[in-house]
Amino acid sequence: MKLWVGKKEKQINNAQSDLEYAVVADRLTKKFGKFIAVDHVSFKVKRGEVFGFLGPNGAGKSTTIRMLCGLLLPTEGTASVDGFDIAKQSDDVKAHIGYMSQRFSLYEDLTVEQNINFYGGIYGLDGKHFEERKRWAIEMAGLIGKETMLAQALSGGWRQRLALGCSILHEPPILFLDEPTGGVDPVSRRNFWDLIYDLSHRGVTVFVTTHYMDEAEHCNTIGLIYNGKLIATGSPTELKHNLDRYSIFEVHCTQPVDAMELLRGQTWTAETSIFGSAFHVSTFNEPDTQKKISQVLAKNKIQTERIEQIIPSLEDVFIHMIAEEDARKDGDIHL
Amino acid sequence: MNIIFHIIKKEFIQFRQDKKMFIVSFFAPVFQLLILGYAATFDVSKIPMAVCDFDNSPSSRTLIRNFTSTEYFRVVGYYDKTSEIDNQLDDGHASIAVVIPRGFEKKMGAGQSAPLQVIADGTETSSATIGLNYAFVIVSRYSQNIVLESLIKRGSVMMPARLSTEFRIWYNPDLKSRNFMVPGVLGLLLMVMTMILTSLAIVKEKELGTLEQLVVTPIKPYQLIIGKLAPFFVIGVIDVILVVFFASVVFSLPVKGGVLLLLGLSLIFLMTTLGLGLFISTISRTQQQAMMTAIFFFMMPMVFFSGFVFPIENMPTIIQYISYLIPLRYYFVIVRGLFLKGVGMSILWTQALALLIFGSVILSLSVMRFQKRLG
Ligand SMILES: Nc1ncnc2c1ncn2[C@@H]1O[C@H](COP(=O)(O)OP(=O)(O)OP(=O)(O)O)[C@@H](O)[C@H]1O
Ligand SMILES: [Mg+2]
Repeated sequence: MKLWVGKKEKQINNAQSDLEYAVVADRLTKKFGKFIAVDHVSFKVKRGEVFGFLGPNGAGKSTTIRMLCGLLLPTEGTASVDGFDIAKQSDDVKAHIGYMSQRFSLYEDLTVEQNINFYGGIYGLDGKHFEERKRWAIEMAGLIGKETMLAQALSGGWRQRLALGCSILHEPPILFLDEPTGGVDPVSRRNFWDLIYDLSHRGVTVFVTTHYMDEAEHCNTIGLIYNGKLIATGSPTELKHNLDRYSIFEVHCTQPVDAMELLRGQTWTAETSIFGSAFHVSTFNEPDTQKKISQVLAKNKIQTERIEQIIPSLEDVFIHMIAEEDARKDGDIHL
Repeated sequence: MNIIFHIIKKEFIQFRQDKKMFIVSFFAPVFQLLILGYAATFDVSKIPMAVCDFDNSPSSRTLIRNFTSTEYFRVVGYYDKTSEIDNQLDDGHASIAVVIPRGFEKKMGAGQSAPLQVIADGTETSSATIGLNYAFVIVSRYSQNIVLESLIKRGSVMMPARLSTEFRIWYNPDLKSRNFMVPGVLGLLLMVMTMILTSLAIVKEKELGTLEQLVVTPIKPYQLIIGKLAPFFVIGVIDVILVVFFASVVFSLPVKGGVLLLLGLSLIFLMTTLGLGLFISTISRTQQQAMMTAIFFFMMPMVFFSGFVFPIENMPTIIQYISYLIPLRYYFVIVRGLFLKGVGMSILWTQALALLIFGSVILSLSVMRFQKRLG
């Protein structure tokens, strides 16, 4: 009797953690031969949140997402999606997720409607329910009146929304989007993110990878992945607190490259990075750093137009963290 | 089941929309059959022949008449110097020359062996071989008649026996290579159509990324495989029917052994080609790779070692053993047997069994590879 109660409690606990977290990754690792594409990555994605996976090219974003979707087996570590183990229960995982790969994959030689019919059929939808979902998908993608157009004739933004529609016909509770806005114009990007928020408000958990900082700002939680390692997670505000020890200045001057070189040599600066025609420099929180910057530049006959302290953007945070990671790695090597 | 239906439906919509594919699948086979059946025959007729008759006797003239009375040879001229014969052969005016030395009749009358020279232009090997073969048949028939006559004259043979010395080529009595080609073309066509098109269709989805999209759906690998292979199975069956139809209507070459048996055995052969197509798709990333792999690593060796171009019996022993690994070899025996000899299952069951074993092995191997790659 006691045993039975214990077992039941455990089930409830499990259910609660399933309720709280849609995705749990624990030291997830993928090696291709000797190359480690994803290196002991652990994180949790809360239900209903938009989780942004941010990182430069080749960081391991797609590889992580492909493991979570059951397309690749992890070399080490585990993960669960909607409470199902990605290695042992990949069929259950697949039934509970929607996935849009990096190249949104539609059949170019099928029409809008034929694409929807096909994916709907694959997901086992039929009858009235399917007709409803089809209408919903066409409306959502803004493709009313374009049902008989070939997918290849659609422009980027529409194709991408159609691909999204096809991947959520079966109303999955968790959605994985791999760089969904790659190569799409800013207006379409904006529209697409509106769709993402909309889904998120309805309780769908969205796991999305991106290069774009502005997109990352809009996520509830961000994971920064670099060289296969997750080097930071948190909300955009939390991540910015990482830079509390520093002050960030934006400098407009005549020779930004020389100026950056000069400032990098100072003991009281941390990072410099180019931002458009200006550059950002982070300094340790000491008094009068702004004055010190202008002194250094003036001494070297560089004309400064403007120096102002700014609130750090996510990009500042990431540049800083990547530089820190690189420095740590160099340190390792020298040891 | 429903899922398989949806995949097949999608394949057919795509197939219908792709005109090129339609032409390749249904017109190309017929076209190829007609071209190969009509033009690319190895038959030789009216071979230009130069004659040099030094004997100039009734016997030698009879022999020459034996040549000219067939439709295989055409005399371009009579010469009395061997050098002129050489010229005719060199210039290409003649492909074959017959030289009858002085004393031909006398030696024959004395019962000695009478030498005779037949020279063929070796630059065109196949027609030279065929010409020499014909010449051999004519000469041996002639000499048999002579021997028979002299035996009768000497009274050794009491009965004036009318021995038929007719030279008969079984199964292909007109010696038409077309009759040999057409069934072979069926085998080649089926292989090209199903093996290459299957591998391309699967690799195309890999290239486009739609395969990845399919794999994250709850679809089972076996459903995907059946759905992708079924359309090409149907195309293969239609191609068999087309070829059988045109072979009998255009070339008056009916399937003596029965169309149904041919269809049934073709289904087993299709198992091997579809299996190979699936296998190729698991080892190629791009359509171009799949095409190259299919042509250079599978099709060419198969064409050469299956007995389509060179008879297997003439191959080195090792290659003869290798040819046992080639499904086309068995299928050729089946189609030629059914088209030309009209044999039945009692003879063809070994070939059918070989195909069945090969098909099961390659199909399960490919399915396993396919599943593993997706898993
Ligand atoms: N199948 C594979 N075999 C070998 N290496 C691979 C394979 N897939 C990915 N990689 C490597 O793993 C690393 C991470 O790749 P991944 O596609 O996950 O990066 P990403 O963060 O998605 O980059 P991008 O922004 O360019 O899409 C890359 O260096 C890539 O070359
Ligand atoms: Mg990627």
